[in-house]
Amino acid sequence: MRRIYINEDYCIGCRLCEIYCLVQHSHSQKIIKAYKEELPRPLARVLVEEQGYLSFALQCRHCEDAPCIEACITGAIGRDSNTGAVLCDENRCVGCWMCIMICPFGVINMNTEGKKVASKCDLCYGEEEPVCVKNCPNEALVYEER
Amino acid sequence: MKRDDSKYLIIGNSVAAVAAVEAIRSKDSTGRITIISDEPYSVYSRPLITYFLSGKVDEKRMFYRDGGFCQRNKVVTILGERVMALYPQEKKVVLENGRGFHFDRLLLSTGGTPIIPQIEGKKLRGVFTFTCWNDARQVRDFIESQKIRRAVVVGGGLIGLKVTEALVELGVEVTVVELADRLLGATFDRKASELVKNYIKKFAISVLVNNTITGIKGENSTVCGATLRDGAVIDAQLIVFAIGVRPNASLAEEAGIEVNRGVIVDEQMETSVSDIYAAGDVAEGWDTLMHARRPLPIWPVAHRQGSIAGYNMAGFPKKYPGGFPMNSVELCGLPTISAGITDADQEGYEILQDYHPRERRYRKIVLLDNRVVGAIFVGNIDRAGIIIGLIKAGIDVRQFKDHLLSEDFGLLWLPQDYRKHIVEGPGIEV
Ligand SMILES: Cc1cc2nc3c(=O)[nH]c(=O)nc-3n(C[C@H](O)[C@H](O)[C@H](O)COP(=O)(O)OP(=O)(O)OC[C@H]3O[C@@H](n4cnc5c(N)ncnc54)[C@H](O)[C@@H]3O)c2cc1C
Repeated sequence: MRRIYINEDYCIGCRLCEIYCLVQHSHSQKIIKAYKEELPRPLARVLVEEQGYLSFALQCRHCEDAPCIEACITGAIGRDSNTGAVLCDENRCVGCWMCIMICPFGVINMNTEGKKVASKCDLCYGEEEPVCVKNCPNEALVYEER
Repeated sequence: MKRDDSKYLIIGNSVAAVAAVEAIRSKDSTGRITIISDEPYSVYSRPLITYFLSGKVDEKRMFYRDGGFCQRNKVVTILGERVMALYPQEKKVVLENGRGFHFDRLLLSTGGTPIIPQIEGKKLRGVFTFTCWNDARQVRDFIESQKIRRAVVVGGGLIGLKVTEALVELGVEVTVVELADRLLGATFDRKASELVKNYIKKFAISVLVNNTITGIKGENSTVCGATLRDGAVIDAQLIVFAIGVRPNASLAEEAGIEVNRGVIVDEQMETSVSDIYAAGDVAEGWDTLMHARRPLPIWPVAHRQGSIAGYNMAGFPKKYPGGFPMNSVELCGLPTISAGITDADQEGYEILQDYHPRERRYRKIVLLDNRVVGAIFVGNIDRAGIIIGLIKAGIDVRQFKDHLLSEDFGLLWLPQDYRKHIVEGPGIEV
């Protein structure tokens, strides 16, 4: 499957990926509205880690042997048979946070505003390319089949 | 093959069974699979029964897999029927009605049975255990039809507290009675227990520790109260026992399969009798932290063991490296996660902690020889999985120990060769 790969050598920690991700996963999909008006406030599903000169953007790795799928008590987290992406069906999620407990990358977040659900990268379902990749100025994120 | 003969026979229709089916079908698309379960339902999520009781999850959302699961995977299900006997030599099981089923390979995924203490009044109307969907339905109907206002929950572990949460949401006043000196004693340390106790008191939940019920009082064969060990009497119309679950291993035991507390299995989840496998709450797998076999009755372990059993049953050898206890329990809006050895006061253990009782936040990491062996998170569970991943991987944390509890702790602090290979598989690296 196509996955997002990280080139940490090119990441400058600009966090554009976080901004585009948040907007993409907002209701309005408009940057000002998403940041200033929407309730519950949308969450970015990508996270930039930074320390000194080292930084990288991190989102769900869509593991082949995904621990979150087996830990999910509702069956809400599963693999999309078309894209191979690991997706969370927010209608079925009850917010038990077993996935947060088990994800060794720490890339699933609590969305506690509104209905409590686990929030994670969906590879921008339906888009040709995830917005974090598309808008990275340095190709520090690439989306490809390896 | 005769109608009732299967290549793969599975007893129990829950998460271990589903994981086994999915593993088998990834390797063998035609071999006949039969599942027998004494519960009348398609596979549902057992942990959701408290959410069903409170009404947060409706009937439709209880199911763990969609309605087409069995058809797609060509699984024959026999529901609402109990397997009464297993004959390993003949490779056969027999139902209560006498019908027999032959198998090439058998998976026992019969889960656990709730423990009910031998006390006076346990047969009265209004006394329940709480481990299956029917329990939830019965408790709900009972509360509605009898307009129940007050309940006693016996046992302050995970199930007891999740039932309590649901009852409170239904407007029932609950007293939790716990024999040990604190709540969630099996998985929490004293500070975490105390935080949870003080927090849930705000929801009109009374908590009595160092106590238990010694008798149930009845009126017209219905519960009207509970007598405590210290002599006090609590007025209640509903009693829920949640004092523990033990492996449902009697079938195996009577068939001469080796059983300790649970069914003993090897790394391939095979029991002492070849071609008979066990997985999930019924089995006794390897605890990688305790270096011993013991039941680990949690969902992710049942899933993994079921999957490993399935691969081996289909002839694709895979090993279960073992697991350790972990759980995520949110109570009345307070998230908590605990894993591994959480209450180590013996010499040799090193404790890191970040404790803010007034804000109800507590994070603790237990180290042994510079390796993380346990953790507790209350209130703030962000990125807890990274720490739990370190337990699993047994990484030496000497170089970044001081950062484990810092706000910006992340993968970036970890050795590069570790973070590149946290999870096996193509392209899964950081
Ligand atoms: C209220 C509650 C909340 C929970 N919450 C969590 C949680 O948050 N996180 C977590 O990790 N775990 C949780 N658990 C534990 C989790 O549900 C179990 O670990 C998991 O269900 C074990 O799955 P299993 O496949 O081993 O068997 P089970 O789910 O126990 O199913 C076994 C099935 O086999 C059937 N069976 C047994 N004997 C026979 C027989 N002779 N013939 C036919 N059928 C038989 C049983 O009726 C049952 O349907 C919770 C459990 C409960 C009750």
